[in-house]
Amino acid sequence: MNNPIISLEGVEKRFGSNLVVKKMNLEIAEGEFLTLLGPSGCGKTTTLRMIAGFEEASAGVIKVEGERIEDKEPFQRNVNTVFQNYALFPHMTVFNNVAYGLTIKKVPKPEIQERVMEMLRLVQLEGFEKRKPDELSGGQKQRVAIARALVNRPKVLLLDEPLGALDLKLRKQMQIELKRLQKKLGITFIYVTHDQEEALTMSDRIAVMHDGVLEQLDVPMEIYEHPKTKFVAGFIGESNIFDGKVTDKKDNVLTVQTEAGMMQVCGADFEVGEEMHVAIRPEYMDVSKTPVEGFDLPGTVKDFIYQGTVVKTALDIKNGQEIKYSRFEQDTDIAEGNQVYVYWRPEKAVAIKKSM
Amino acid sequence: MNNKKKKNMLPALAMAGPVSVWMILFVTIPMLYIIYISFMSRGVFGDVVYKFSTESYKTILDPTYFKVILKSLKAAGITTILCLLLGYPLAYIIAHKPKDTAAKLITLIMIPFWTNSLMRLNSWLLLFQTSGPINNFLVGTGIVKEPITFIYTDGLVLIGLITNMLPFAVLPLYSTIEKLDKSLIEASADLGASAATTFMRVTLPITFPGIFSAIILVFIPSLGIYTVTDMLGGGKILYIGNIIKNQFGSIRNWPLGAALSVMLIVITMLLIFIYTRFAKIEDMEVV
Amino acid sequence: MSKIAKKRKRLNIISNVYAFLVYALLYIPVAVMMVFSFNDQKYNYYWNGFTTQWYTKLFTNSTLVDSLIYSLIIAVLSTLISVFIGTIGALGLKRYEFKMKKFIDNMLYIPIIVPEIVLAVALLIIFLKVGVSMGMGTILIGHCTFCIPYAIVTIKGRISGDNETLEEASMDLGANRVQTLLRVTLPNIFPGVMSAAFLSFTMSFDDVVMSNMLAGAKQSTLPVLILSMNKTGVTPDVNALATIMILIIVAAMILNNIIQGALHKRVK
Repeated sequence: MNNPIISLEGVEKRFGSNLVVKKMNLEIAEGEFLTLLGPSGCGKTTTLRMIAGFEEASAGVIKVEGERIEDKEPFQRNVNTVFQNYALFPHMTVFNNVAYGLTIKKVPKPEIQERVMEMLRLVQLEGFEKRKPDELSGGQKQRVAIARALVNRPKVLLLDEPLGALDLKLRKQMQIELKRLQKKLGITFIYVTHDQEEALTMSDRIAVMHDGVLEQLDVPMEIYEHPKTKFVAGFIGESNIFDGKVTDKKDNVLTVQTEAGMMQVCGADFEVGEEMHVAIRPEYMDVSKTPVEGFDLPGTVKDFIYQGTVVKTALDIKNGQEIKYSRFEQDTDIAEGNQVYVYWRPEKAVAIKKSM
Repeated sequence: MNNKKKKNMLPALAMAGPVSVWMILFVTIPMLYIIYISFMSRGVFGDVVYKFSTESYKTILDPTYFKVILKSLKAAGITTILCLLLGYPLAYIIAHKPKDTAAKLITLIMIPFWTNSLMRLNSWLLLFQTSGPINNFLVGTGIVKEPITFIYTDGLVLIGLITNMLPFAVLPLYSTIEKLDKSLIEASADLGASAATTFMRVTLPITFPGIFSAIILVFIPSLGIYTVTDMLGGGKILYIGNIIKNQFGSIRNWPLGAALSVMLIVITMLLIFIYTRFAKIEDMEVV
Repeated sequence: MSKIAKKRKRLNIISNVYAFLVYALLYIPVAVMMVFSFNDQKYNYYWNGFTTQWYTKLFTNSTLVDSLIYSLIIAVLSTLISVFIGTIGALGLKRYEFKMKKFIDNMLYIPIIVPEIVLAVALLIIFLKVGVSMGMGTILIGHCTFCIPYAIVTIKGRISGDNETLEEASMDLGANRVQTLLRVTLPNIFPGVMSAAFLSFTMSFDDVVMSNMLAGAKQSTLPVLILSMNKTGVTPDVNALATIMILIIVAAMILNNIIQGALHKRVK
């Protein structure tokens, strides 16, 4: 990457004997919307806090615009943060909250007035400048927090689960607003969330983290369609995952033997006899009443689960696992208790290397 | 219907009744009575003559008494300021320790207060008396030729007041600082404010209620206390508390004692009134 | 280590030293009191060598022992009265709405805020006016008058919205009001009741002002005795007594912590 705005080189963070971020390498381009995605405790917030300067890296180097920043206090860094709980100053009005950074920098008063009002207009909070934070709704507080950070025109905006406290509908609306705002301003966003759907909706690239390790860094579609690790396959969207061994390989089509039975998957980089995982999305699976060539994956229909847009069918398979496939409408030719054979187009399944 | 209502009031009466009766009998009535007495006059033999008079209030303004009042106000003021200056940093330090450590440190502040307060005051006398350890050290090392008279001075009374009042400053300060959301401090730093600016603009204003509680909890008792002056002032140093006590003892001037008490009540109410005012003035514009 | 980390470390050391110094200021009087309990002299005018004689002799000082017993009785009684009235009062004031409620709530703040001397002389003149004879009874009333408000504030803090739901659940399951109070409400606010009791006992036991103003001629409490000794100097046997008392309190606290810790572990 040419001139990344932020780069992490071998960054680690240790709390006591606990290594919460391990050998993290990451480059973020100017104007990019990058999401750190992972379950709680995966190290994503710690990574963000190291960039902001609230935590010091135990090892490795963090650079902003090519410059090392470990000797800079948070208030000397040209990044701003939107906090998880908003962290609005309760004793100040909305206006003073937003103006805070500018008054610290001794920006002339008329300019503060102008920039704050412009920012409040941008986040659709005109007329709220005299209010106190506790007189605002969750969504409004969120907008103030964003305005307060953005008014300083940071090079990078760090957002720590900023929509976590909002209800579902408002969250979806804010996701789109935030993405539009980011495009319009062209500021680099580093966004932390545990919500994979949110990450897929908003991000240019997603960095999936697990147990302090960066598992995969890619554009949303690649993350969804071609997960590189078993964790990513399981965490992003819904997948049925099988552990097995390659028994045959023909034109990149692997035949894999698992405890549940035999299946096929496309994969170039695998050897016969290699242990690996196969992941398949519910919407790519199909069932037949008779065995299909290349597959030997029998299952018993357990029940149908109606979910509005799709109907999921749960099957019990040989290894005791329960797998699900989805259809827009319920299959009419099968019923609970029927024996069926599962199959799919090998290129729709993902072959994943066995984790070390 | 009416009967049902009465039945519902029974548990309320049983539970809140005793405290209500107690408070009215032993707080409301005595307080009203002392205000009443303060407007009566003193008889020749120190008895109360039930005739309206503002004599006592005029006596308060008499220089002999007024000087004592000013002196008490000054001592209480200095005590309060020093307790805040000593206590705020301590409360801040404790609040930023891990939870377990903080709880232990707070207990450590309380422990000396389970020792008799007069005995603790007496220790300052033992330490500073003419042939006490401090003077022995000063004379022994040749820093001074003659022992210094520390005891029965305003300075020693002040030390007694501060060490007796300090926890009442630290505890409310600790509880507000501890509640302060740490992300607000981070947000301020994130927006470019140095540690000093963050303290002045965020920490201090948000912990202001704690500061004011500390002021009330230190200033008002310091103003009325007479044990510290009795123990460390050797009867030579008199504050309002001593004067009030004497009016009901040796001097026997109840109306004057009552008037001085009413004055303390008024000062207390004034401070509380300002406090409730201040809670709203939090809206202060920063820009 | 980065410059920032070094700076933080330095700041941390400075603040620890500061805290230590302030703690020293609070503990010096306690330490001095203990040291002078071993002073081989009738009055503590100067240090005259080490002795432990005061720790046995204090029990032969009948004035001292009598006032200690008197103080203990008063402290126990005012704790019992204050905690009883305080507990039901806190529940009553939190739960029920009645005409005088706001007024009583305000009255409760007076003994907490107004200097004690004011309340003491106010009670004194009322008692004299009504013709009550001064003694243990008047001291008890005085102590309870400032202990009850503290007890109520402490216990009220323990009563949350949850308690009300729990009580409703209890009555829903067939318990009457008294059964609910004893089996559900009290166990829930018990820690608050205990701290109220502890606070009441300490305040009553250490009180000088009320005890001095409202005492009869015959017997004085321990703090009042110490105050009266001030003219001639407090004798070392009182230092010995105060040392024993603080050691008992600290030992009880440590023991309590150990038991609590052990119970906690067993539950886990």
